[in-house]
Amino acid sequence: MSLRSPLGKVLGVGSAKQGVQHWWLQRLTAVALVPLSIWFVASLLSLGSFDHATVVAWMSGSWTALLLILFVLVAAWHSQLGVRVVVEDYVHGAAARTVTLVSVLFAHTLIAAAGVFAVLKVAFGAAP
Amino acid sequence: MPPRPLSPHLSVYKFKYTLTTSILNRFTAVALSVGLLLLVYWLMAVAGGAHAQARAARLLSGPLVKLVYAALIMAFCYHLIAGIRHLVWDTGRGLERAQAQRSAWLVVALSIALTLLIGYCAWLAGARAP
Repeated sequence: MSLRSPLGKVLGVGSAKQGVQHWWLQRLTAVALVPLSIWFVASLLSLGSFDHATVVAWMSGSWTALLLILFVLVAAWHSQLGVRVVVEDYVHGAAARTVTLVSVLFAHTLIAAAGVFAVLKVAFGAAP
Repeated sequence: MPPRPLSPHLSVYKFKYTLTTSILNRFTAVALSVGLLLLVYWLMAVAGGAHAQARAARLLSGPLVKLVYAALIMAFCYHLIAGIRHLVWDTGRGLERAQAQRSAWLVVALSIALTLLIGYCAWLAGARAP
């Protein structure tokens, strides 16, 4: 027989009270990605060539650089929120799950930072 | 921590095609996450200069990688349309069983149409390129 009170057994095992934030951010980033991703795909299709000069000229446009940065940031954010749920669903065991979640977060942060850095470098004319 | 119910009870559900449209949304989501990784790799290569981009292009233009692009276009179209379906659901509309079954077919049809459209545009662009 356990000596723990019924209240003590359930305290702290409820929700973390952060689900709404996750849900809402997933929707906000989804809404933002509808125009951003359509713009991105349409731009790539109309680029014509993927040689260095063409791509640099395209990425040097202020609006292109701005939208590309927004696209990478919002996509990385949306991806992180989504992959997080997949990990939470399928990776069991506290240690494995924690390590995977932290790795996923770090990887997405790296992807977002690298994308922003690359676009800015090209847009400011620093690509060799 | 006491054992708690874990989310996907895959084996207890009766199979319906609406289940396929649901899990496809997740598969395509993960595929697009890999696509984002490829995109940033390419952006970093562009930022590294003409030489670095040419080196990356050798890796990014193999015949197998072209299959990956085709899969990514399909995944993008499906996830975009299925995602819009989710946003409509979030407003409380279309949640009745008959409506959801109809919109499942609509998502599949529209994403195939959009895939073909993008594929056609990509083919046109490829034909125009020198």
